[in-house]
Amino acid sequence: MDEYALIMRHEDGSKIASPEQMQIWMKQTMDWIGGIAAQNKFVGGTGLLFADAKVVHHNKMVTDGPFGEIKETIGGFITVRAESAEEAAEFAKGCPVLQGEGNTMEVRRIHKNEGGR
Amino acid sequence: MKQQELIPHLFRTEYRKIVSVLCKRFGFDQIETAEDITADTFLAASQTWPYKGIPYNPVAWLYFVAKNKAKNYLQRDLVFESKVSNELKRSSDEAYETEIDLSPQNINDSQLQMMFAICQPSIPPEAQIGLSLRILCGFGIEEIADAFLSNKETINKRLFRAKEKLREENVKIEFPGPAEIDERLATVLTTLYLLFNEGYYSSSQDTIIRKDLCDEAMRLCTMLVENKLTGKPEVNALLALMCFQASRFDARIDQNGELVLYDDQDTNLWDSELISKGAYFLNCATTGNTLSKYHIQAAIAYWGTQKADTPEKWESVLQLYNQLLQIEYSSIAALNRTYALSKTAGKEAAIIEAEKLKLTNNHFYYTLLGELYTEIDNDIARQHFQNALALSRTQTDKQTIQKKIDNL
Repeated sequence: MDEYALIMRHEDGSKIASPEQMQIWMKQTMDWIGGIAAQNKFVGGTGLLFADAKVVHHNKMVTDGPFGEIKETIGGFITVRAESAEEAAEFAKGCPVLQGEGNTMEVRRIHKNEGGR
Repeated sequence: MKQQELIPHLFRTEYRKIVSVLCKRFGFDQIETAEDITADTFLAASQTWPYKGIPYNPVAWLYFVAKNKAKNYLQRDLVFESKVSNELKRSSDEAYETEIDLSPQNINDSQLQMMFAICQPSIPPEAQIGLSLRILCGFGIEEIADAFLSNKETINKRLFRAKEKLREENVKIEFPGPAEIDERLATVLTTLYLLFNEGYYSSSQDTIIRKDLCDEAMRLCTMLVENKLTGKPEVNALLALMCFQASRFDARIDQNGELVLYDDQDTNLWDSELISKGAYFLNCATTGNTLSKYHIQAAIAYWGTQKADTPEKWESVLQLYNQLLQIEYSSIAALNRTYALSKTAGKEAAIIEAEKLKLTNNHFYYTLLGELYTEIDNDIARQHFQNALALSRTQTDKQTIQKKIDNL
């Protein structure tokens, strides 16, 4: 079984959600992750906060936030075990991030560092 | 207390203390000697007391006799060593010091250190539990065999092999250093929790033995809680978990020894004292930043002490299972999480999630599916319950499932 990263991509990271909205979204995320963990397919997860975000540019200039010319940003990712990319994509379908129009989930197989390859 | 009751009672409370102290003094490789001397001491009591009367202080008598027997042994050992193997160089302190320290402090430390010595991942969990029952709880081999639904011979063999293995590994009776305490403590807690569950869920029909196992697990856990070195948040959390669960012990088994399901339990039989004790230890567990699986399980068990079916209860339980499964997957947590989901999101939603679990060799899985399909499609429910019945092994489980089929 391989491991896949399910990456949550927000179309517009500058949108601010209300605390109530955040709470609903948190619960949905927890239920989504819990459902994957209940199948013993959850490996780990990392949420990424928008507050205090920085972007370091090519010329080493640092700007605040991932926003600006590039609007799309990453909200977090979880790692799952799956037999195939298709199964991993099935898991991704349940992510509440997809309720936001324009948001997407990226599914990427994690490179295994085995046998010195 | 009458004499016939006194000696078995003292055996239960004092055997473990004397064995631990002697074994610590002699070294783990001589654990059998420590056991023999302790058993001899009780034999001496049972031979002497009927004729000379019960001593004024029976515990002091036992300690005194055990001390003398141990000293004799050490001296014989010393003579043997100095005469037969002259070359053997031992440090003078160790060789000539035959004093046995049976002070409360040393008794307590020895027992705790013994706990660490026995709970080693290198021996199988059931051997750890067996040795704990024998050495830390003073259980007879027969009682251990009853608890495991096994026979004396099997248990004797199991304990013998486990002791061999620990000897080979050169296990020391001491507290682990600060660097490894958390890891070693985790093994001890696992064993104590297994010991507790052996009593709480075991199929042994003997309610008294089962309760004893739970009590012993709680006693050992309390010793860990009370020690400065080991009284960590996760230890408090485990004790809280045990208290919450044990509070329902009397309510979950009826006079015929049959299991009473949660919904049918008489809450008057729940032990409110244990529930408040559990709350106390859960509170103690929240010092520091540790959030262990025991914290989450204790919090779930706390909600178990609230019978009312409120949305808040089930939403909290669902979130706790979501968290628990991320820390450590287990099929039972996955099934319980899905049950909680049925209470917050409805049966239809829970069926979709349940069918993804595919725990097709687990009778609890089919019992859950049966429950979820009940009233939605009783034919499918019946089919699931039949599968559960075919997979279940114990009489108690079969009875419980059969009742559900009959109620459809």
